[in-house]
Amino acid sequence: MQNENLKPARKKIPRNKIAEQQPASRIKNFSEVELGFTTEQALLESERCLMCKKPKCTDGCPVEIDIKGFIELIKEKRFSEALEKIREKNTMPGICGRVCPQEDQCEKTCILGIKNEPVAIGKLERFLADYGIKNSKNNSQGDTGLKNNNSKKIKAAVIGAGPAGLTCAGELAKMGYAVTLFEALHKEGGVLVYGIPEFRLPKSIVEGEVEYVKSLGVEIKLNSIVGKTYTIDEILESGYSSIFIATGAGLPYFLGIPGENLNGVYSANEYLTRVNLMKGYLFPAWDTPVKKASIVSVIGGGNVALDSARTAKRLGAEKVYLIYRRSEVEMPGRIEEIKHAREEGIEMVFLTNPVEIKGENGWIKKITCIRMELGEPDESGRRRPVKIPGSEYDIDTGIAVIAIGQGANPVLTQTSPDIGLNKWGNIIADDIGKTNKKGVFAGGDIVTGAATVILAMGAGKVAARAMDNYMKTGVW
Amino acid sequence: MCADTVSLIIFSPVIASKAKAGQFVVVRASEEGERIPLTIAESDAAAGTINLTILKRGKTSSLLCSLNKGDYITDVAGPLGIPSEIEKFGTVCIIGGGVGIAPTVPIIKAMKEAGNYVISIIGARNCSGLIFEDTIKKYSDQYHVCTDDGSMGYKGFVSGFLSQYLKENPGKKPDRVVAIGPVLMMKAVCDVTGPGGIKTIVSLNPIMVDGTGMCGSCRVEVDGKTRFGCVDGPEFDGHLVDFGLLNSRLNIYCDEEKVSNEKYMEKHECKMKI
Ligand SMILES: Cc1cc2nc3c(=O)[nH]c(=O)nc-3n(C[C@H](O)[C@H](O)[C@H](O)COP(=O)(O)OP(=O)(O)OC[C@H]3O[C@@H](n4cnc5c(N)ncnc54)[C@H](O)[C@@H]3O)c2cc1C
Ligand code: SF4
Ligand code: FES
Repeated sequence: MQNENLKPARKKIPRNKIAEQQPASRIKNFSEVELGFTTEQALLESERCLMCKKPKCTDGCPVEIDIKGFIELIKEKRFSEALEKIREKNTMPGICGRVCPQEDQCEKTCILGIKNEPVAIGKLERFLADYGIKNSKNNSQGDTGLKNNNSKKIKAAVIGAGPAGLTCAGELAKMGYAVTLFEALHKEGGVLVYGIPEFRLPKSIVEGEVEYVKSLGVEIKLNSIVGKTYTIDEILESGYSSIFIATGAGLPYFLGIPGENLNGVYSANEYLTRVNLMKGYLFPAWDTPVKKASIVSVIGGGNVALDSARTAKRLGAEKVYLIYRRSEVEMPGRIEEIKHAREEGIEMVFLTNPVEIKGENGWIKKITCIRMELGEPDESGRRRPVKIPGSEYDIDTGIAVIAIGQGANPVLTQTSPDIGLNKWGNIIADDIGKTNKKGVFAGGDIVTGAATVILAMGAGKVAARAMDNYMKTGVW
Repeated sequence: MCADTVSLIIFSPVIASKAKAGQFVVVRASEEGERIPLTIAESDAAAGTINLTILKRGKTSSLLCSLNKGDYITDVAGPLGIPSEIEKFGTVCIIGGGVGIAPTVPIIKAMKEAGNYVISIIGARNCSGLIFEDTIKKYSDQYHVCTDDGSMGYKGFVSGFLSQYLKENPGKKPDRVVAIGPVLMMKAVCDVTGPGGIKTIVSLNPIMVDGTGMCGSCRVEVDGKTRFGCVDGPEFDGHLVDFGLLNSRLNIYCDEEKVSNEKYMEKHECKMKI
């Protein structure tokens, strides 16, 4: 392909479509839905970039990746350098390229997007990350030399191996600290391994990132529940100079309606954990079972709900309803997931909210729902759903998955009452992650409430810098 | 010890140094294994070990029971749950049924050390199911045994014995009862203690995944409110527990357990025949 020939016509190049598994076949497996750009597509897509003098995409990226810079390097086929450019700001492009809500971030502010479709920045990011994995020799992820730089021997601890914790641990290790990462579960990754399904984010990608963090010399202690196995004070007393808490938003909310404890009613956390972390879709080869039913109803409208609905489909459900109390425009899920869910035959039931779950012999049989209409905007600016009196009706269902949000898990904070919390139980931290407790930093979902992978990573990175400063100067 | 219960002594110094009476660990027996909660029967901080006593029932417990000395367990996490409330209550009656005898051991010890008059009642199907007898005897002021078949001690259930005991000793009402065992046993004990208003603590064993409050698999209803067994429990006021719901939720995966078991048996049958 000759760049010269393309240049004059570049605006007319339509946004490249990523190859995907077809809906009819993909609902029968858990393999990744999107197959990634080919090199040709990536080059063609990079030609769409206007190379703006004052690019806006970077403003939209929470970690300020030099997007124009890496796209320019793609154009020149300098893929390894392009990947390095991303890694200056984001150590997990393979994950972010797949799960960032680009439509609300870089691609929202992209100037080409004003009149045309924006550059497929996320897909290009993913392309480079996949390229890096395939050609891992040229890739700094393999660089383990840092391990031995660990001469300062100042110890730092990180709690929680989700994106925030992994990023912070990696950054601190690169700075030369001896880092121990404590993780409650038997596997690292946080939501990336227990929540987000394989078909959207292959676990091998997450494992690759974890390996990289380990290669930097980070010691990972699995099965270590801080608050139970150790407390924050014990960690501080055992010689760690500073701690970063990144325990996420792991407490599932329920609706609080009658019948919610019937058999067959799951929290999304449980449903997804059984399937993803515990590989329930491979039962009985793997031991953890998960219930299947021909009709599954998922309550909620975000990524968690969409992931649950699409998981139910893959577990063999004939009908999957996604019951959401607002309308489609208010759905907080990624646009791409909404599109994929539709293609897979998920039936969206908007402006509807469950009021009761009815059962027989202990098992769920029906959900009584009430129709809603949109009223005045609420604090979030979205129109508040209001019940329409007398509009109740029943939906037959064999399984219900409640995906209406997650709060802060109190296991750690209960044993550290001196760490300040807000009224929802989230740790209060300033914009560099400092809490009110000397030496203790926090970031990611445990501070912000359920948010995004990239924000959690960003928080981990910022906190690592602040911890470095604190450990060097002792100034709090 | 009876053929279908096995005690595993696990080297885990951190957990051993932390474990308090009433707490449990979550265990995974293999890479493909499920996460199951097991109550800590004994912990020895000096030796760095904990004792988990398991009834061979499903695939995971069978797998754990087939471990040999020196083997490793893939994962052990804990100690989890809120420790038992240990105080000088006065007279405390501690009741263990079947494999539920094991978790009473640390509670009996702690209650005795706190200065209580400890009445221990342990029950099993037959005498071979009576475990930890020596330790329990050592820390109890009274020690009573029940077997369903009468092969030892009182013939019948622990609840039947308790009811008889309370009738025969009207002046010696315990200040607190702690009952651990099968759901029906704990419910039966609560039915006996309810009318006399004897505070009765039960240790619930709902199905768990993480054991840290992250999934809600362990939901139980206590006093009409949903609680998470793993972080709000495992011990609750037995008179407020919805045992029907607990029992029903414990049977969610009956069919799947059958499949798992059959598959496991097929593979291990020849081994077991030897
Ligand atoms: C199903 C689902 C889909 C999502 N989809 C998207 C998406 O498409 N795009 C997007 O950007 N975001 C998505 N999110 C949100 C995103 O995953 C989170 O915002 C992000 O993972 C938060 O990172 P974190 O590091 O703060 O916490 P987590 O990822 O939650 O990690 C916290 C870690 O801490 C561990 N931990 C907790 N308590 C303790 C303790 N006491 N001691 C030791 N360890 C502890 C946990 O086991 C966990 O491993 C999704 C979330 C879910 C649940
Ligand atoms: S990290 Fe997210 S917001 Fe930033 S460039 Fe990549 S996809 Fe866009
Ligand atoms: S076992 Fe998951 S919340 Fe209790």
